Amino acid sequence: MKPAPFSYHAPSTLDAMLALLAEGGEDGKVIAGGQSLVPMMNFRLARPARLFDLNGVAELDFLRAEGGWLRIGALARHAAFHRPPCGGPTGALLAEVVRHIAHYPIRQRGTFAGSIAHADPASEWCLVAATLGAEIVARSRAGERRIGAGDFFLASLSTALRPDELIVEVRLPILDAGWRTGFCEFSRRVGDFGIAMTAVALRVESGVVREARIGVGGVEDHPARQPAAEQALVGQPVAARAFAAAADAVAGAVRPMEDLHADAAYRRHLARTTTRRALEQACAGSGS
Amino acid sequence: MTSPHDKLAVTLAVNGRDYRIAVEPRRSLADALREDCGLTGTHLGCEHGYCGACTVLVDGVPVRACLMLAVQAHGRPIRTVEGLAGDGPLHPLQEAFRDEHGLQCGFCTPGFLMLAAGVLEREPDIGDEALREILSANLCRCTGYQNIVKAVRAAARRIKEAAGRG
Ligand SMILES: Cc1cc2nc3c(=O)[nH]c(=O)nc-3n(C[C@H](O)[C@H](O)[C@H](O)COP(=O)(O)OP(=O)(O)OC[C@H]3O[C@@H](n4cnc5c(N)ncnc54)[C@H](O)[C@@H]3O)c2cc1C
Ligand code: FES
Ligand code: FES
Repeated sequence: MKPAPFSYHAPSTLDAMLALLAEGGEDGKVIAGGQSLVPMMNFRLARPARLFDLNGVAELDFLRAEGGWLRIGALARHAAFHRPPCGGPTGALLAEVVRHIAHYPIRQRGTFAGSIAHADPASEWCLVAATLGAEIVARSRAGERRIGAGDFFLASLSTALRPDELIVEVRLPILDAGWRTGFCEFSRRVGDFGIAMTAVALRVESGVVREARIGVGGVEDHPARQPAAEQALVGQPVAARAFAAAADAVAGAVRPMEDLHADAAYRRHLARTTTRRALEQACAGSGS
Repeated sequence: MTSPHDKLAVTLAVNGRDYRIAVEPRRSLADALREDCGLTGTHLGCEHGYCGACTVLVDGVPVRACLMLAVQAHGRPIRTVEGLAGDGPLHPLQEAFRDEHGLQCGFCTPGFLMLAAGVLEREPDIGDEALREILSANLCRCTGYQNIVKAVRAAARRIKEAAGRG
């Protein structure tokens, strides 16, 4: 339960970090909060020869609303979301979701961007990113690119990020007051990784759903939006029957993973339930 | 070229005292406290973030000392269970754990004490539900948790009363 030896590098600027990544290549790794990487190193599932510590790169420690986006710097910790980081439905959703991520002490160190880079299939932040349509801003010595969440998550622990790239920032759209959001997760105990979870954002006008974003996490090897369920909702009045149809569409579309915690049939069942409940939560008290 | 086995000079500022130690980069903060500083009050259960036995305060915030490298804690104020009472009388949390039977074997106790100390200092008026949620971060195989919750509640009251008098 001790990590294999590595050399330690603690740059204090972004440029120095990118230089390390450019030369460090395959056997170097960034450490942010360390709340996923260190356990993997202790189990020796990860054995980086060189560790590049992000914590001293102060210019990446920011979290602010700007031009319709919430800009989440690479050093923004989970705990920064204990209170809504911006107004409106996006801020409310983030403050609701963060309570499901690990535990209080882990949330003091773990980072939003680290979760995105790690890409656990049951990561709540990855689900929010996929559902809201986040932009992942990746930087290397060669320049910057912005990757849409839909193209970023490839499979379990696998993303479109290159080894020489750093996530400098994740951007989430700040939804206006016409939207409602909801989130529901099923896990065995508080703080455990979820077995199934759904995040939703709906734009509702005069009691009718005009736009729908429905994302499911923990069920397939990466979180993803559910087009069939979204189509089942758009144009429908906000009502139990429409929610049930969307939940059925999710259950019909997902190809669930199987593991120690749940087989495919159980995950499918849970995904249906978390979807229905997330939709109910989004529309609770809306006079439907 | 540096070798990964080269030791780094690290200063750990624990409970108000500086410990100058030399450690490999891979040394965890928890191991450094125990092996290099001789402060064995911080316990290690799982070494992968699950049990919370290793909880200490860094910059006043509870963290898992098994998931932080000693070198990352260089120069930052650290508090461990040894610092709660020091040489003086027991800390109100320690008294309350004794009075409310908040411990049996005691293995988890340093972690719970530091978790609770960090939380009560930051949120003295924390509600019951929020407190339970935070205490769920740590595992205890003996008490069944109810007395731990009671003890932290009792300590919160005593700390507030003492502050009111002071
Ligand atoms: C007991 C326990 C329970 C947990 N429960 C949950 C849970 O319920 N839900 C959940 O989502 N997570 C959970 N986690 C994981 C936690 O949220 C981590 O904080 C998160 O997954 C990774 O963020 P980090 O900053 O700690 O990243 P690190 O552990 O430092 O890094 C993780 C990976 O991302 C890479 N990386 C980090 N930052 C960047 C960057 N800016 N650019 C490029 N690559 C980067 C690293 O190289 C590494 O490969 C749990 C952890 C523990 C120990
Ligand atoms: S030893 Fe650190 S959390 Fe278990
Ligand atoms: S008192 Fe024995 S583990 Fe908690």
